[in-house]
Amino acid sequence: MGVSEDPARRGVPADSPGRPLPRGIHRESPVGEGVYLTKLDLAINWARKNSIWPLPFGTACCAIEFMGVVSSVFDLSRFGAEVVRFSPRQSDLLLVAGTVTYKQAPILRRIYEQMCEPKWVVAMGVCASSGGFYDNYCTLQGIDKVIPVDFYIAGCPPRPEAILQALLEIQKKIERNPAPR
Amino acid sequence: METRRAVDQEIREIDLAPLHARLGAAILGRESMVGMPVVRLARGAITEALRFLRDEPSYRFDMLTDLTVVDCGELRDGDRFDVVYLLHSLERGERLAIKSPVPEEDCWIETATGIYKNADWTEREAYDQYGVVFRDHPNLKRILNHKEFVGHPLRRDYDIYKGQWLSEVDDLEDELERRRRRDPTPRGGQADAMILNLGPSHPAAHGTLRNLVELEGETVRYCIPEIGYLHRGFEKSAETHEYNQVIPYTDRLNYCSCLINNVAYSRAVEALCGIEVTDRCKFIRVIITELSRIMDHLVCNAANLVDLGALTNYWYLFNLRERIYNVIESLTGARLTTSYTRIGGLWADITPDFEEAVRAVLKEVPKAVGDTLKLIARNKIFIDRTVGIGVIDAEEAISFGFTGPCLRATGYEYDLRKRHPYDHYDSFDFEIPSGHQGDTYDRVMVRFEEIRQSCRIVEQALDKMPSGPVNVEHPRIILPPKKQTYESIEGLVGHFKLIMHGVNPPVGEAYVATEAANGELGFFIVSDGGMKPYKCKVRPPCFHIYSALPRLVEGGMVADVVAILGSLNIIAGELDR
Repeated sequence: MGVSEDPARRGVPADSPGRPLPRGIHRESPVGEGVYLTKLDLAINWARKNSIWPLPFGTACCAIEFMGVVSSVFDLSRFGAEVVRFSPRQSDLLLVAGTVTYKQAPILRRIYEQMCEPKWVVAMGVCASSGGFYDNYCTLQGIDKVIPVDFYIAGCPPRPEAILQALLEIQKKIERNPAPR
Repeated sequence: METRRAVDQEIREIDLAPLHARLGAAILGRESMVGMPVVRLARGAITEALRFLRDEPSYRFDMLTDLTVVDCGELRDGDRFDVVYLLHSLERGERLAIKSPVPEEDCWIETATGIYKNADWTEREAYDQYGVVFRDHPNLKRILNHKEFVGHPLRRDYDIYKGQWLSEVDDLEDELERRRRRDPTPRGGQADAMILNLGPSHPAAHGTLRNLVELEGETVRYCIPEIGYLHRGFEKSAETHEYNQVIPYTDRLNYCSCLINNVAYSRAVEALCGIEVTDRCKFIRVIITELSRIMDHLVCNAANLVDLGALTNYWYLFNLRERIYNVIESLTGARLTTSYTRIGGLWADITPDFEEAVRAVLKEVPKAVGDTLKLIARNKIFIDRTVGIGVIDAEEAISFGFTGPCLRATGYEYDLRKRHPYDHYDSFDFEIPSGHQGDTYDRVMVRFEEIRQSCRIVEQALDKMPSGPVNVEHPRIILPPKKQTYESIEGLVGHFKLIMHGVNPPVGEAYVATEAANGELGFFIVSDGGMKPYKCKVRPPCFHIYSALPRLVEGGMVADVVAILGSLNIIAGELDR
């Protein structure tokens, strides 16, 4: 997944000339040695994307796979997103893992509203994305009927790798967007 | 037809003379169902009959296994609904179904809440889904659907696609008020109350469960559970799909042990069809069932320990679960939602490396379990938090419909694998662990011991695995091999018929129970002879267990609610269906 350090570079100091810096951060500085210059937006986004605090709104089977993602084999913490928060006020990524029913919909909406800006939403699995094969009287046909969604993950349930990919895509999205302040 | 015989052999002919003597005029007739005899009763006599059947020493039907309604509108003229009571005498090993016809326009029946404690929730569900009113029920309100729902979705004329929005979450004030009136001197005391919502989005709620608790300090005075947040219409969906197409839906009932659901559902349909699967299929089913049981218990105990603050164990146990996932994935192609069984057999035979992989993973089980037990078994914090907490005795547990590890934790050794062996379980050497006092500690420890026993069963099943086909040879049940489909007219016709018209069980009903990880997982299936189930009711073990939560937590500390809830292993997919 391109996450582990390149073994050839292991032990190379962080500011060594051979090491690539995050996009938009410049080594040459008129101020002096060891000082880097960048745009504020880029620096904020860079920090933000590597310290996502997800709120797993786990309702069903997908939540079990989410447990797999945070456990040691797949290890979400490699992406800086292991600080799982169950309080919407503390988190910035709403990960809706599982089926949302009409009975649940007002709660999901309220949790989304309680989250502070900036915030992102991932619909994990087909139930959250579209209702999946629960096309019936009690299942909401996709959470995008009640809240906006940034990324949809296919699968029933998705494999843990797919969740990691979603996180990387969200990171890209955070990087691209102007940082809301 | 051998399965049907095998199922029938379990049933000893029940002597109905005492029941006749007591309520002769109210008995409308007898019927039969695969799995148990059926007595039809007039609705006015239902309470008396149930009380008599429970208390009479020659019957002792001490458990209401399930209560449901069949909408017979398309099956017959006359009264539209049949209220079905599935009774079970654990002591005598007998089952009996009581059916009581109820007309549509005057749709009521007496409540059984005074006789069986789990009648409270099962009757609420029947009211919610079918609109049958249970007279004198203390709290007859919707349970699975939301409060603004109009109509009764499991009636045959309710359109499956007709969703209904909810504008506002139920505050549960009405239920709390009724509880206060019914039980004016709670165990928590009388000082100022604090109302607290645990859930439905709560880290320790294990899915979308909601409990409204009224606290005095940290002591729970009243607890009102609200369920249905994951009610995703399993039963209605099953009615619109072919028998084999229902299997993926069963995966998602108890999603911690999907394979057991596959097996339990297939067994029920096979019993309805009167077919018996091959020996090799049975052994494979035993292996996957027991592997799933191990996985289920691992998740349950791991999550329960996390709730108690013992996070390290989660890594030990979940790593093992990942190893088993790998085996399951190589077998079925999926980690979680397996859909591995088919009516009459399996999707495919086991892979050549399966045995080796299973044996390798079994070697890792004692280490993970042993490491965890070393950390908790004599750990003072763990013992203080679990011993003597959430205690329930066997008699009350049975009245609530407890089965599986939660019932065995009370010291009552009851396991369908021993009492009504199926799939050759009687040929394996294993023990049924049981607890002493039915507290949280016992429930955790029973699960750990069951993991060990399941390992023993899997090893024996691998040793004794017979060769031969995994599917029955029956052109209307199992697809012919591809070669036959392409090269012979019989094969082509068999393929066409099965794809176009599906499996068609004969007209009838079956209730078949399987010992799942949580307890008795039963499927009550009604067939009208068509390719789709006319009705498919699940008897989820944790629905009944969860209805006892107020009884277990009231009077205790609020922190213990979390510990008790975790030890009951409530899986929302199965609870709400």
